[in-house]
Amino acid sequence: MSSTGAEGQALHAVPEAAAERQTIAQAVRDAMLGEMERDERVIVLGEDVGVDGGVFRATDGLIERFGADRVIDTPLAESSIIGMSVGLAATGFRPIAEIQFMGFVYPAINQLFAHAARMRNRTRGRLSCPMVVRMPYGGGIHPPEHHSESYEALFLNTPGFKVVVPSNPYDAKGLLVSAIRDDDPVLFMEPKRIYRAFREAVPVENYAVPLGQAVVAREGEDVTLIAWGAMVRVCLDAAEVLAREDISAEVVDLRTLNPLDRETMISSVVKTGRAVVVHEAPRTGGFGAEISAQIHEHAMLQLEAPVQRVAGFDVVFPLSHSEKLYLPSRERIVKAAEKVLAF
Amino acid sequence: MPRTRVYEAVTERLEILDTEGRVDEALMPEIDPSRIRDLYRDMVLMRTFDDKALKLQRQGRMGTWPPIKGQEAVQAGVALAMGENDWLIPTFREHGVMVLRGVPLHLVYAYWAGDERGSCYPEDVRCFPVAVPVGSQWQHGAGVGLSLKLRGEDAVAVTFGGDGSTSEGDFHEAVNCATVFDAKTVFVIQNNQWAISVPLHRQTAAETLAQKAHAYGLPGIQVDGNDVFAVYMAATEAIERARRGDGPSLIEAVTYRLGDHTTADDASRYRSEDELEKWEAQDPILRLGHFMEHQGLWDEDQEKVLREEAHDWVEAQVKVLEEMPPQAHEEIFTSMYAAMPPHVAEQMGELVEEMQS
Repeated sequence: MSSTGAEGQALHAVPEAAAERQTIAQAVRDAMLGEMERDERVIVLGEDVGVDGGVFRATDGLIERFGADRVIDTPLAESSIIGMSVGLAATGFRPIAEIQFMGFVYPAINQLFAHAARMRNRTRGRLSCPMVVRMPYGGGIHPPEHHSESYEALFLNTPGFKVVVPSNPYDAKGLLVSAIRDDDPVLFMEPKRIYRAFREAVPVENYAVPLGQAVVAREGEDVTLIAWGAMVRVCLDAAEVLAREDISAEVVDLRTLNPLDRETMISSVVKTGRAVVVHEAPRTGGFGAEISAQIHEHAMLQLEAPVQRVAGFDVVFPLSHSEKLYLPSRERIVKAAEKVLAF
Repeated sequence: MPRTRVYEAVTERLEILDTEGRVDEALMPEIDPSRIRDLYRDMVLMRTFDDKALKLQRQGRMGTWPPIKGQEAVQAGVALAMGENDWLIPTFREHGVMVLRGVPLHLVYAYWAGDERGSCYPEDVRCFPVAVPVGSQWQHGAGVGLSLKLRGEDAVAVTFGGDGSTSEGDFHEAVNCATVFDAKTVFVIQNNQWAISVPLHRQTAAETLAQKAHAYGLPGIQVDGNDVFAVYMAATEAIERARRGDGPSLIEAVTYRLGDHTTADDASRYRSEDELEKWEAQDPILRLGHFMEHQGLWDEDQEKVLREEAHDWVEAQVKVLEEMPPQAHEEIFTSMYAAMPPHVAEQMGELVEEMQS
């Protein structure tokens, strides 16, 4: 399925007839639309998801199609959006809750951590929370404060969730379909920076990309770049630059952070002997640390150099003027790759 | 540009049964005498199993236990008003109503004794698990009520919480959202006057908790929570209203926590003997007992038989609890996900191996 990720080339081979060239935002919308047609238990709720079609238009047209009982504009209350979803999910619905920006998830953390992630455990499997929490995350769109955060590490340290981050339109649709059909709560982080950055052939019919499977987005021999979400594109760009220096970089797109596809990641590192992990979240306590630990636990003897992390700084996500200073760039990734190669 | 009144509101309080066991005949709901005896039996059972849990805790056979002593009328009255298919969304001080709704007592005991299997209620019992984070359960009540409305199901969601939880944002969000959506939800506040050591007047400057309903546009009523008839009547009205699809209601049941917050608390540090004595005189079980005696529904022999039955039933449940085989080590892993992910299976394997070595 995968090929090189260079600009203009499709990451996924899809017959043109059954496909449309879509952005991530459109693919997300169509995944929900298809699942709502397929399963009447699927409902959408959140702030501005109805009449407005979502601030990123990710729910555009759903209320016209399915009505206000299935596409619910909620009061401005994140804890209610998640708390009510817990009640809905435990009694037979499959809610897709939208948190408008991941930076606004904090009021709902109690409901997510104390209830959604635990309902199955606390009822020994009698009740569960088959719900999806869609959260546009990450920087790069020059927004006001609190609109750029990447909080995946918080959720990865909380057992009970699955955490999914697509990096392209094809995966966005297929992974969201799997998330909606999953019987456990899934946090679905959408890279808002590339919501509309590029188009890709996406099958019209819904299809599932399985959760828990990473993909090699570009094959290489010398160093493995590990990323997810918006950072995958930046890694693919860096790989192009490295190729001009005769460095062959492999890019692993994790796609699902929990459960993590350790095998794909470790196989790649065993092959290349070198790894750079890239994420937008601050470095300390970020998921890169966990990946580095797992590589050391499972491929220590194959490593030619210590694992490097290219991450956000341990600072508040800066205001728009400085966000470029903060975000991992192609240049930083290239430099880190050169460093592990020179070790 | 006049200054006008745009909204005025009155909050009612309902009392039917006084401490001497006399009722206001005009307000007294129609309840079959056998149901009245059932109510009394239910309340005595609650008092008995609550008392037993405290004894078990002192003997080291029970973990931390939050007592319900003094709050039996709220729980029995609401339980009687609930229909077969209604959902209960409890907090950690609703063992009474949970048991009346079908959660086996030995499982309630098991949960508080620290056994994971205590959360495994029978399939047909429509009851959420105990919610410990204060106030969070109000949101689930709103969500279940919305779920029942959207599905057109002939059932309502009854959710409980304490006076302290009305200070949490979740209370306000949940009541607001449920009302906006006409959810089939009934919110029952057990106002037992104390949130651990903090008295009601430090939770709110409002005269009542019931009046908070006005701000969200739903009916709110205060009842004497130690008067089982008033509780039953208010709960019946609220549940019927929700069932009809007319939206949620808020009930403030004014009662008193006669025990400590939990077995880890000592209430004498923050409240007076006088206050406790005043409320002991309001005991909901004594009150109903007096009423039944006046009505010729009850005598000393029946009382003696009931107390023995209650004792025997609770002892039998303790026996079931203590005869449960030990919990398997794997139990902490098995209910995390619908299908166990590889890393969890790997960690489970590590523990099993460790325990075998």
